[in-house]
Amino acid sequence: MLIKLTGGKVYDPANGIDGKQQDIYIQDGRIVNKPGLDVQIDQEYNLKGKVVMSGAIDMHTHIGGGKGNIARTLLPEDHRADPVARTAITRSGCGHAMPSTFVTGYRYAEMGYTAGFEPAVLPVNARQAHMEMGDIPILDKGGYVMLGSDDYLLRLLTAKKDQKAVNDYVAWTLNAAKAIGVKVVNAGGINAFKFNQRKLDLDEKNAHYEVTPRQILQTLATAVKELGIPHPLHVHGCNLGVPGNVETTLDTIQGIGGLPMHLTHIQFHSYGTEGDFKFSSGAARIAEAVNKHKNITIDVGQVLFGQTVTASGDNMRQHANHKLANPNKWVCMDIECDAGCGVVPFKYRDQNFVNALQWAIGLETFLLVDDPWRIFLTTDHPNGAPFTSYPHLIRLLMDKSFRNEMLATLHPEAQKMTTLASINREYTLNEIAIMTRAGAAKLIGLEDRGGLGAGNWGDITVYTENADRQLMFEKPDYVFKNGELVVKDGKVVKVTWGTTHIVKPDWDTAIEKDLQKYFDRYLTMKLGNFKISDDEITEDGRGSLTAHPLRNGV
Amino acid sequence: MTEITDVPSPFCGIGTDDLVIAVEGVSLTVTKNGCAVNTPAFEQAITDIAPRIAGKEVSLDVAVTKAAALLKDTRQPVFGGCATDVNGMRALLALADKSGAVVDNMNFTGARRNFLALQDSGWMNTTLAEVKNRCDLLLIVGVDLERFAPRFFERYLWCEAAMFLADTGQREVIYLGKAPSGKASTSPKGRKAQVFACADADLPEVLAVLRALVKGHPVRAEAVGGIAVSDLQMIAGKLQAAQYSVVTWAAAALAFSQAELSVQMLCEIVKDINNQNTRCSGLPLGGKDGDQTANQVCGWTTGFPARTRFSGGFPEYDPFLYDTRQMLDRGEADALVWVQAFNADSTPPKTTLPTIVLGRSGMVFEREPDVFIPVGTPGVDHAGHAYRMDNVVAIRLKKLRDSGLPSTAQVLAAIEQAL
Repeated sequence: MLIKLTGGKVYDPANGIDGKQQDIYIQDGRIVNKPGLDVQIDQEYNLKGKVVMSGAIDMHTHIGGGKGNIARTLLPEDHRADPVARTAITRSGCGHAMPSTFVTGYRYAEMGYTAGFEPAVLPVNARQAHMEMGDIPILDKGGYVMLGSDDYLLRLLTAKKDQKAVNDYVAWTLNAAKAIGVKVVNAGGINAFKFNQRKLDLDEKNAHYEVTPRQILQTLATAVKELGIPHPLHVHGCNLGVPGNVETTLDTIQGIGGLPMHLTHIQFHSYGTEGDFKFSSGAARIAEAVNKHKNITIDVGQVLFGQTVTASGDNMRQHANHKLANPNKWVCMDIECDAGCGVVPFKYRDQNFVNALQWAIGLETFLLVDDPWRIFLTTDHPNGAPFTSYPHLIRLLMDKSFRNEMLATLHPEAQKMTTLASINREYTLNEIAIMTRAGAAKLIGLEDRGGLGAGNWGDITVYTENADRQLMFEKPDYVFKNGELVVKDGKVVKVTWGTTHIVKPDWDTAIEKDLQKYFDRYLTMKLGNFKISDDEITEDGRGSLTAHPLRNGV
Repeated sequence: MTEITDVPSPFCGIGTDDLVIAVEGVSLTVTKNGCAVNTPAFEQAITDIAPRIAGKEVSLDVAVTKAAALLKDTRQPVFGGCATDVNGMRALLALADKSGAVVDNMNFTGARRNFLALQDSGWMNTTLAEVKNRCDLLLIVGVDLERFAPRFFERYLWCEAAMFLADTGQREVIYLGKAPSGKASTSPKGRKAQVFACADADLPEVLAVLRALVKGHPVRAEAVGGIAVSDLQMIAGKLQAAQYSVVTWAAAALAFSQAELSVQMLCEIVKDINNQNTRCSGLPLGGKDGDQTANQVCGWTTGFPARTRFSGGFPEYDPFLYDTRQMLDRGEADALVWVQAFNADSTPPKTTLPTIVLGRSGMVFEREPDVFIPVGTPGVDHAGHAYRMDNVVAIRLKKLRDSGLPSTAQVLAAIEQAL
């Protein structure tokens, strides 16, 4: 099957193409070079006047795992307001803040996304994350495995085991949980909460272990680098949501000493303490630090107004935030000497000073960071807003007058506390394509996604150019997944199943002997039953695993 | 004969995965780490292999075709039981979506007490490994825990070592409501649990007073439900003094009217303690007959727990209306599909409606269903996944023997195909 996409205006930053009219050929799922004149084209799409990008990749979205399912269970009223009926080809379900798995896949695809990565896979809950993601159609997926509050690691560090032991454990866990990256959430803080610590600063010791968050971050960032894992250590910092946490975040950037590090939903970690309400924007200082430190990447975690639910591994901070729950119901869990979770519904309101300033801080961050290859478009779905609000967010970034019109309607004190109105930058289509495609694929280490060069998989989205960028990005004309047309005119026309992206770093088998003893003595599961086998992903006949190469020839 | 080690159990709910099972053909013997719940559940012999239509043996294909024919013209069939593994539930929900059915897990009326509390105010809970390593005080409310899960104490309290307790035998156990039926809660060194028994009907009042005491409100009464207020004050004091107390209950055991308010009271006590500068967590007991599995899979597939109907074309959840028994009684269903892959004694409710049963081999019916298809048991006849009571851990179930019995998922997918 040879498909030709003819005459579209192509934005393919992975190959340095910025809005050039050119044809794309897809054969057997992958993009190929222009074939010889004698080769027959089986199907041709006339894309003259259309915008062509590769399929979008959400590098941080909570789409699989226990806390998401708690969030679903907690909010039946939210689902009732957005029922989704079955069709001849799609399953029924529900939408809004935390959609059902099937609807998650359909709605992402209908916005032109072809991959999503779950950033908080607890090793002990990884099975569930994969099972839920296994029920998300069309999209490719993958997960970052959460470490840093697990007792095994903290015991290694307290016992002053060497970096190699940590590397072996990290590699073992990545394999056991079938993940593509490593995430830290409130380094050591989830663990400290179990010892009744209610806050944990970067240099504060765990009440039980002789370990600080800074040490955990350095050790894990080193492990990720030394193992050759392409995705840098993915960090949800200390003190989420706390006024003044901009200092912690700057210290975290400084303190990592040049190691690759990704700071996620940085908006929630960019707060100062100035002004009458002792809450101010730290975005300019954060952006300056990010611009300066080339080892740092960030995603924003933009807040958009309305009802949503926050679901996080950070039960220490979620417990502190429970008084803000709206509606007033919430869940916190301590989990298996591994991690924890907290689920707190939130309603972000434009007439609330803090919420309005959070909105502005996110946008300031987007607009003040120079390099679109190191910043990524997220709302930390569903924590800042549901992923379905991305087209609106893109319009805010690309349309200064629209942005300023919205700003003018917000809480007046918040307007005074942001420089947003004076920022003239408007994102270009090429920059959007970098943030949501080429850059994301590069960051995660997907070597054959996120670009439109020959050899890439045929994940392609086609839009109709529209000055209203929200309308443009809401409803692509066509979406191809692995070369198959899955969405036409913004509606799913075919349901396919994506792959699960993983890395498989090697480890010294000696670590398993020690782990076996630890599991038998302290945990509630046998080591052999903990490890996820390949057939658990593939046995349903739809799932598959795609292992990506490691860096530095490791 | 072969021997299989580290066998996980889908039957007990507490995720024991250290069983040793001897396999001789299709007969199984638990040779190590069995218990009163698991051993009979694993060892139950296979009696039926062949599907039946109206009591007459037929091939699987014929049974599947008949089941599809029975479902074809229904307007609102009820899928009850829903006791199977993750893949079984996936297939069940796919078929329910297609046929416009009501999906209702057999334990939902009990579990509803938890869901109503969760969906109204939420909770702070913990999981079994945290109990094992941290719990210094276990308050057991309204349930005979060792009958519910015979190995709970051995595995999670009186274990050889815990990471954060010098001596696991020093943990305290307090029963409130039901008294224990045996001695499993007595520590290996002979330290006995404290027991404050009361009638189930008095639990709401007892828990309300306990919460008042935790919050420091004055209580004038001297006793409530036969329990001295001074004893409840002592319990409140111990919860406040503990490093990591755990409060456990079994929704199914709270069989009195509006027990969801008692669950909520317990959950709010836990939250109160956490606002008094120490830690405390809830631990709801469940995980039997695939209940957590049904609710988890239904949760991610529809957004709702497993009492949800599809007859409107999209999922609608109602914890009261879509009760299998009541729908049958009210004439709101026009067929019954009963799925029970774990327990042959758990047969469908009485009805004159067309009935399709996917059951564990060995089911004996009062009224032979229109179609009976014996299915394999997850974790015995085929691999699979089942959720433990604490809802976080999905255990990987093993295939122990070659019985030739199809899985729930295979049969339901075939019926969906045939529709």
